Amino acid sequence: MFMEFFNSLLEGKLLGMKCKDCGSYTCPPKHTCNSCSSRNLEKTILSGKGTVKTYTITYVAPMGYEKEVPYVVALVELDEGPWIIGRLDVDPKIAEENDLTDKRVSIFAKEMPSEMFYPMKEKRIVPYFRIEG
Amino acid sequence: MRVAVIGVGMTKFGKHPDKSLVDLFADAFFEALEDANIELKNVEAIYFGNFVGEMTDGSANLSGFVADEVGLKNIPAIRYEGACASSSVAFREAVRAVKAGYYNCVAVGGAEKLLSAGTAIGTRALATAVDGVYEMTAGLTFPGVFALAARYYAKKYEIPLQKLREMMAYVSVKNHKYGAVNPKAQFYGKYGDLKVEDVLNSRMICSPLTLLDCCPMTDGGSAVIVANEKFAKEVCGDPVYVLGTGQASGGSLFRQGEDIIKAIPRKIAAEMAFREAKITPKDVDFVEVHDCFTIAEIIALEAMGFFEYGTACYATAEGVTSIDGDLPVNPDGGLIGKGHPVGATGTSQIYTAVKQLRNEFKWNQVKDARIAMTDTLGGDFGTLVNIILGVD
Ligand SMILES: [Zn+2]
Repeated sequence: MFMEFFNSLLEGKLLGMKCKDCGSYTCPPKHTCNSCSSRNLEKTILSGKGTVKTYTITYVAPMGYEKEVPYVVALVELDEGPWIIGRLDVDPKIAEENDLTDKRVSIFAKEMPSEMFYPMKEKRIVPYFRIEG
Repeated sequence: MRVAVIGVGMTKFGKHPDKSLVDLFADAFFEALEDANIELKNVEAIYFGNFVGEMTDGSANLSGFVADEVGLKNIPAIRYEGACASSSVAFREAVRAVKAGYYNCVAVGGAEKLLSAGTAIGTRALATAVDGVYEMTAGLTFPGVFALAARYYAKKYEIPLQKLREMMAYVSVKNHKYGAVNPKAQFYGKYGDLKVEDVLNSRMICSPLTLLDCCPMTDGGSAVIVANEKFAKEVCGDPVYVLGTGQASGGSLFRQGEDIIKAIPRKIAAEMAFREAKITPKDVDFVEVHDCFTIAEIIALEAMGFFEYGTACYATAEGVTSIDGDLPVNPDGGLIGKGHPVGATGTSQIYTAVKQLRNEFKWNQVKDARIAMTDTLGGDFGTLVNIILGVD
């Protein structure tokens, strides 16, 4: 379901699954609930808001990503519970010199060039987090 | 019937542009065969670990070529892939097959050529072990995984990041010190007197991890001979026995949430191995852990049950994990000092464990070692294997 997830994100909608058994959210979508493994799930749109839990400034990139360095990869805890990975939309210098953990963020998507081995051959869609306030 | 390791071999780790993956395995295999003092025809199957032969050498279907190269035509040969844990997965499967009675004697090993592949291909090849859709589009790399873990570790356990970086640096200082005296290590004769400041001040790779927080890219091969107790006793009086093994798996890093510093699959694998061996962490004399990055060694020791969560960093800085401490960790230099030829790493840990238990690791011997444990991690806590070895 990754194409649907990325295309929704380009339209500003964060697609997830809500578990009808335990009530918890799974995002991005998976065949099973990330908490209880149930398949009794329904699609839902999440708030797209969350909190930065940790991040890293990447200076050495893999082949195909060299032109993008330095970039900031972050793990964000969504308000609905799931953790999600993406990039922080921030100057790497600022990320290096300040502690950005616990910052409130909202999610959006950017289109970037694909690379030889990435499953989407035309382009990559990259989740980004914009720091609020 | 018990299962034993009766022979071990490994190439020097480092750069081998003149050797193929098959050559590297064969060099290690024949060293192990001679060490076991058995004949070629005694080996009934090959369990071969390789991670990214497709990307580094354009080769995937390697097991048949490996068997043919060593002269074992037509025997069952299987390639195992579990990222950095590939040959540990292969080892565990071999042990289970021998224990089940399918074979009396098999060979297990691995080979990888990441250094010769160059940094760009090597980094991309290693990144195939992260979630290929969601983590890859963000450009997550392997140093990135552990950089994320390091910053979260500092936050969660309320340690100033700079203080944690200093404590992490002790892992690099220690493992380089031991790698520098190990003739098979990539950094043999180098970096033996590294200082904490050297680690902190080396080039930033993925903040907060510097180059010296990371293991190197490495070419190398390793192999071990696994046999049942009956055959083992016929060829060598007192073999090293496999006391217990454990394995577990995990999904994408982001799916693990705050457990990214707890490595739950490793906790499960280690507990499985302890249960099978009928021992506790206190009984282990030394460990070979997967120190792909300095923070990785700290997280590993906690998840395996040797230290409480949030405390292995302090123990490391205090010297508890040094050769003369309570729990020597990575006396061969670990991945940081010895090198990390991914598919060969697991059985190279077995190599060290066996040599130590036989009292043959003269350049950095753990005193009176009777029980050793290995720990190999594939991916971002995706494949975890723990193995406990011991002598009677
Ligand atoms: Zn559920």
